[in-house]
Amino acid sequence: MATPVKVHGPPLSTAVSRVLACLIEKDVPFQHVPVNMAKGEHKSPDFLKIQPFGQVPAFQDEAISLFESRAICRYVCEKYAENGNKWLYGTNPLAKASIDQWVEAEGQSFNPPSSVLVFQLAFAPRMNLKQDQSLISQNEAKLEKVLEVYEKRLGESRFLAGDDFSLADLSHLPNAHYLANVADRGEMFTSKKNVGRWWGEISSRDSWKKVVEMQKQST
Amino acid sequence: MAVMKVHGNPLSTATQRVLACLYEKDVEFQFVNVDMAAGEHKSENFLSHNPFGQVPAFEEGDLKLFESRAITQYIAHEYSDKGTQLLLPGSNKTMAVLHLWKEVESHQFDPPSAKLIYELRFKRFVGMTPDSAVVDEHEAKLAKVLDVYEARLAQSKYLAGDHFTLADLHHLPNVEFFKRSSVKKLFESRPHVAAWVDDITARPSWIKVLDLQKQKV
Repeated sequence: MATPVKVHGPPLSTAVSRVLACLIEKDVPFQHVPVNMAKGEHKSPDFLKIQPFGQVPAFQDEAISLFESRAICRYVCEKYAENGNKWLYGTNPLAKASIDQWVEAEGQSFNPPSSVLVFQLAFAPRMNLKQDQSLISQNEAKLEKVLEVYEKRLGESRFLAGDDFSLADLSHLPNAHYLANVADRGEMFTSKKNVGRWWGEISSRDSWKKVVEMQKQST
Repeated sequence: MAVMKVHGNPLSTATQRVLACLYEKDVEFQFVNVDMAAGEHKSENFLSHNPFGQVPAFEEGDLKLFESRAITQYIAHEYSDKGTQLLLPGSNKTMAVLHLWKEVESHQFDPPSAKLIYELRFKRFVGMTPDSAVVDEHEAKLAKVLDVYEARLAQSKYLAGDHFTLADLHHLPNVEFFKRSSVKKLFESRPHVAAWVDDITARPSWIKVLDLQKQKV
């Protein structure tokens, strides 16, 4: 096997954990490279060479240097198509189109309100920052509307893009995990029959359990 | 082969993104207008095309899709041998770089752009006053993003490589508005970005999208 791929950034970062989950699902060996964000390492000239926006994660293998977690996940799925979970990014164009659609939905509709809530409810208290109650209520309301759409979809389909667990479901794990387990917002998922069932299934995948373990070990 | 249908509104930036892609690929399609002023995008019928009640939605036979960037990706792949090549096929590496810059548009460029367009275009359209503090905040964010673009476009003719791809195309609706607004100062002060905007907005396929807008308004 070629040298392990490298993932730069703390496992506690939602975007980093998205990539870690994908690598573990695909059974791709990786080396985790810590980035000391408290010391501003992500804004250092050396780091900006591999991630010009000064954010985590960054990714490298022998062929390429990449950033943007969802682009990294797609690359890993295409390059290592024969490894691990072969259905993660679909095995035909129609399956891929459906997965792309729901990864976009995650990025455009689920991620914005859930990211604000994760920051306000899970990270701000730990960083001794004041919470913004009106931002919290606004984004709870937005997320609620999104979950209503998911409730209907997941009544018709086992996973978001179809019958198989895919990148579309995986993309949701990082933010949903913090909401359910740190921010005390698990009810947003469990109070809905189909979303509750889906959340139970995806959060108990072995790959995600391993990521959560990495997060715990890093504190 | 079933005819492709796009359900949307010519004034919607996301709809324009899909139209630009279809014109670049030179493929037949039907445009089905969605009367948003009348709330048609929230009707039961439309929700069966896009459960989020947003435009555009896309159909080709049994395939139904929403999310403009998933639709363009499907079209560019399915009709890879027609019209303009909008992908970078040939290796996982070049496709990865394409996906990277599509994600950058999606997660770095679009959020501050969408906020600015809401303040400067939508609010004015409905007779509300833009909030100058919000405008300043998001112009500052957009400026930081454009600094990264300036550095990138100094080394690469287009965002993902040597030729125009979906990564550039996805920016068209927002940059077109900015060209005609006070935000243009952010682009004019960055020569590589300015040249790139002039180049991509002059493409015949984009001119066709603007013409469609004029006809339907």
